[in-house]
Amino acid sequence: MNSELASEILSLSLEHLALVAITIGIAIAIALPAGVLLARRPGPRRWAVGFANIAQTIPSLALFGFLVPLPLIGGIGKRTAIVALCLYALLPILRNTLLGITGVDASVRESAVAMGMTARQILWQVELPLAAPSIVAGLRLATVATIGTATIAAAIGGGGLGVFIFRGISMVDTPTVLAGALPAAAMALVADGGLEWIERKISSF
Amino acid sequence: MTSTDREPAGRSHRDASTSYHIKTVPAPLLEIRDLSCTLSGRPILRNINLEVQEGETIVLLGRSGSGKTTLLKSVNGLIPPSSGTIHFEGRAATQWDPIQLRRRMGYVIQDAGLFPHWTVDANIGLVPRLQEWPPDRVAARTTELLQAVGLDPAEFRARFPRSLSGGQRQRVGIARALAADPPLLLFDEPFAALDPITRLDLQRLFLELRRSVRKTALFVTHDIREAIMLASRIALLKDGALDTVAEPSEFRAAETPEARAFLAGLEQNGESGEQDTA
Repeated sequence: MNSELASEILSLSLEHLALVAITIGIAIAIALPAGVLLARRPGPRRWAVGFANIAQTIPSLALFGFLVPLPLIGGIGKRTAIVALCLYALLPILRNTLLGITGVDASVRESAVAMGMTARQILWQVELPLAAPSIVAGLRLATVATIGTATIAAAIGGGGLGVFIFRGISMVDTPTVLAGALPAAAMALVADGGLEWIERKISSF
Repeated sequence: MTSTDREPAGRSHRDASTSYHIKTVPAPLLEIRDLSCTLSGRPILRNINLEVQEGETIVLLGRSGSGKTTLLKSVNGLIPPSSGTIHFEGRAATQWDPIQLRRRMGYVIQDAGLFPHWTVDANIGLVPRLQEWPPDRVAARTTELLQAVGLDPAEFRARFPRSLSGGQRQRVGIARALAADPPLLLFDEPFAALDPITRLDLQRLFLELRRSVRKTALFVTHDIREAIMLASRIALLKDGALDTVAEPSEFRAAETPEARAFLAGLEQNGESGEQDTA
């Protein structure tokens, strides 16, 4: 392997990582507060989860295509790619936040209220800590899926390891495809393992 | 708040702050007047009148659906009344900040409702910490309470609820309710899910604690034996209304059909030697 290829793998990997990190950051910033708010509101909850479900069912290549012509969030490049990736990452985080919070034992919540905890204290000291393992599990799903889906970002000029894959496909050159696929797979495995470890760590009570 | 007088019975308390009668009988810790509660069109409580004096244990006895738990929950504001008033420490419940009101009432429920992600220590220290006691005072209080409920602090304080038996969990639940020394304790069928031997242990603990800390308690149960064993007065509820209110010895002679129905259960099962130990 020549050093030119090695440095391209490294730089595209970092670009890929950046795409994933920004996506997951934005998805958490939206889905986690949304999950907390929606946990108490069964009506809007159905709509929000429905929307996230529908976003999930759109084939990813098509979703990238749909977004390109849109004003503001569309166009060619990273921004569009991140919007599309976020739409996919929202659902697992939102759903697991909701599951975690609504899954808190009724007697635990009842005694928290009856002992004179405020709604804010119940959220921070009881609901979120108890929901944390489930939230991290959602985060893990979202991260692993985003690492894979982010390879498609290259199709709309978003960069990342998908650049190798699309180049390899057009050149019918398997080693080039692998130069993108293998680092992406490794990244997914590391993320999966790391988040699983955190998940186990925080559910040890 | 000391200006509240009790004569004539049932008078309005709206003018209590402007009256200066000399108090002859201590004001009740808890005073429930004409309390009714309707949930989604169905009356759950009808016109409840009950005064609880300091140091009393009132057992709310009744069948499932008789309204006893609703009555308990309306006392600490978990269920708002449809009409009527509740006065606690001489002050209308509506004038209390519900958060402060609840911190002055310990609360024990059937499966203890301990926080599974907190140690025994952290669970017991909940209300003192909410009330911003200094950490060393919380720690000292926790130790004292673990001893009071018969759990060795060294062995139990760092354990998580999952590793405790049902009886131990409920002991921790009682310790947690006592932690900030609240004037009133609310018990919602706390021992109903325990095996008979553990239940008897905890009933004895309850009596022991009542002698040592002299707390006022409202205690919900459907078990006539538990009621007779623990109560200073039994308040029997039927279809959301008070059927009979009497001390255990008088209650045994009560004539209402509902009281007879409960007492019949007592005779059928044979009487244990545990009654009237208080």
